[in-house]
Amino acid sequence: MATAAFSHEREHYLNKEYGIRSWLLTTDHKRIALLYLVSITFFFFIGGFLALLIRLELLTPAGDLVQADTYNKLFTMHGQIMVFFFLIPSIPAVLGNFLVPLMIGAKDLAFPRINLLSWYLYILGGILMLHVLLTGGVDTGWTFYTPFSTAFSNTKVIEAGVAIFINGFSSILTGLNFVVTIHRMRAPGMTFSRLPLFIWAHYATSIIQLLGTPVLAITLLLVVFERAFNLGIFDPNRGGDPLLFQHLFWFYSHPAVYIMILPAMAVESEVVACFARKRIFGYNFVAMSSIAIAVFGFLVWAHHMFVAGISLYSALIFSILSYLVAVPSAIKVFNWTATMYKGSVSFTTPMLYAFGFIGLFTMGGLTGLFLAALGLDVHVTDTYFVIAHFHYIMVGGAVMGYLGGLHFWWPKISGRMYPEAWGRLAALLVFIGFNLTFFPQFILGYLGMPRRYWQYPPEFQVLNVLSTAGSTILAVGYLLPMVYFLWSMRYGKIADANPWGAAGLEWMTSSPPPTFNFDETPEVTWEAYNYEHIPAAAEVPVER
Amino acid sequence: MSDSPVAVEQHGPELLHHFADAEQQRNAASLGMWIFLGTEIMFFGGMFCAYLIYRLAYYNEFAVASRTLSLPIGTINTAVLICSSLTVALSVRAAQLGKQKLIVVLLVLTLLFGLAFLGIKGYEWREKFVEHHVPGSSFSFDEPMPGHPEAKIDPRHAQIFFSLYFAMTGMHALHMIIGVGIFGVLIFMAWRGRFTPEYHTPIEIGGLYWHFVDIVWIYLFPLLYLIDRHK
Repeated sequence: MATAAFSHEREHYLNKEYGIRSWLLTTDHKRIALLYLVSITFFFFIGGFLALLIRLELLTPAGDLVQADTYNKLFTMHGQIMVFFFLIPSIPAVLGNFLVPLMIGAKDLAFPRINLLSWYLYILGGILMLHVLLTGGVDTGWTFYTPFSTAFSNTKVIEAGVAIFINGFSSILTGLNFVVTIHRMRAPGMTFSRLPLFIWAHYATSIIQLLGTPVLAITLLLVVFERAFNLGIFDPNRGGDPLLFQHLFWFYSHPAVYIMILPAMAVESEVVACFARKRIFGYNFVAMSSIAIAVFGFLVWAHHMFVAGISLYSALIFSILSYLVAVPSAIKVFNWTATMYKGSVSFTTPMLYAFGFIGLFTMGGLTGLFLAALGLDVHVTDTYFVIAHFHYIMVGGAVMGYLGGLHFWWPKISGRMYPEAWGRLAALLVFIGFNLTFFPQFILGYLGMPRRYWQYPPEFQVLNVLSTAGSTILAVGYLLPMVYFLWSMRYGKIADANPWGAAGLEWMTSSPPPTFNFDETPEVTWEAYNYEHIPAAAEVPVER
Repeated sequence: MSDSPVAVEQHGPELLHHFADAEQQRNAASLGMWIFLGTEIMFFGGMFCAYLIYRLAYYNEFAVASRTLSLPIGTINTAVLICSSLTVALSVRAAQLGKQKLIVVLLVLTLLFGLAFLGIKGYEWREKFVEHHVPGSSFSFDEPMPGHPEAKIDPRHAQIFFSLYFAMTGMHALHMIIGVGIFGVLIFMAWRGRFTPEYHTPIEIGGLYWHFVDIVWIYLFPLLYLIDRHK
């Protein structure tokens, strides 16, 4: 960075040390967050590239771009890379790593070296995953369903399983670090009822990571053993039960959706309160709904198995429980809306993403209720309706939250402002591109187009062309922030400590923060989101 | 780790820069290990769940297959592990009292008990290979149904028992091996006199881990060795 040449510049975490060693051996949570930022962005663009290939193949009804086998590998690798190497680490490992200690007034996470270890585990798993991708890929679907994955697939199932197994430990250690930090490292006066909702949601996320990920680990390990040593645990020919695999797999992989969406909700609570300039409406309800989502999230997994042959009675119970999960999610949506009501709303880039999040997440959530209904689920199982539904949650929800959060805290992370006009343009492109890509898929699914096929009947072509066109707009919307974020690191306007006039301890230290976060450990004597006492900042644009 | 020199002067060298005091650091380490053990319960829980389902489905096969495991060897191994837990608990006590030599002796004893367990377990595994009780193409299991001498039990279902046996005891043994590594480090630290009555957190949390691995075996032993033995 050019600015570092000026010797009079204040020392902060970015200019304290230089050189590759100072990054690869750092134990500073803020630097580790940036290591994650770079690495998950890398995997995001790989996963995105695979998605574009899928959309290109589906531009025409015939299978003309890739073979059927290649197509199977494309959607499998897209799913595995996006879920395990982008979405699950995205907000917790980048924004959470950066902000959890700052928001509670701590100098670092409780276990800085374990934090670095978790990044290395992520990288190790990632390298193995890249190896799988480059040497032939996997064709089981991201779900590894047995007995296809254990007895029939001729692709690199073992390597992919081990890659995700290793990556899982990275997720577990991050969650462990957060829980211990939130319990043991809070600044004096920072009681649980004064915690920002960002922290509450990350606490709930960490609990899911801690209780869910080990089950996925042992499940994948059993699949690996079954392939490598010919065990028969999931082999129906030998009395094994493939449904047991599905139960164990979804016991983690359904709550995994909440690992992705809860941190995005964490971002929303901060952004909405800041740009409506009001205390969040119903603080206790929003905080407790995070915990409720974590708890209920563990009790709904079998709604992925309604057509797999489970008993009708267990299906009924899982259907009811799946409806129940909608309650805490709706509480959050209503509370954000009520926060904005009669607030002093400004339409900055993070707020645009927040609006996008609330709308798209609501769409994704409501269509989730369709799928929780036993009768309707049979009709749309394994169709594009399901694809559209979970992309509204994962991309419309989690990725919008992630991007909004990156914009909101970019001044704190880099010490520079991003170009606001470009930011708004990109947010708009993402919103339009996303809806154009995925809304037609609801209709396709309802009309009966199944997922995971490389060909389709010609009458589906118009909607597929719309979807592919949307995906290119979406791609531009994702590339733009990468370009202007990099640009702003050198040419962006210097940010002061609190450019948004936001509440929260992270805004009370300088931008970028010093290595130990605070010159003096803060003492908290106020509630979170005390916006009535904070003047609006000049940085927030008032034109419009 | 870039400790600020001021903090090093004010506190013991073990206190890391980001903690306010030694008590906060010890509490954090202890909570971290307890949470980690919670994740371990979920990890083994996946296999216990599979065991439960198949044992209910194939009870007779599980009972017959279980009888092929050696009860005396399993009992001896259980006793060895319980002894190792005792020496761990005593080593924590020795650390609290500051008896440097005793700490080393007790930790070494723990390590030896752990290695003895792994050796005996390895012998048991070897026996299974000799008897062709290892799942796979060479698996063979030719035993009559209990109470019906003319009928054979289904070897495929007995194979599931042995699949679970190897997966569960294998994962347990892996945890033992990791524990042996941890205790190797602890012995080195104790030998260098790193532990004092004020600072012996590594022994405490290493001990927690060791006790946990022991407890897993306390569950594995009856589940795998003691099915229907009373008849």
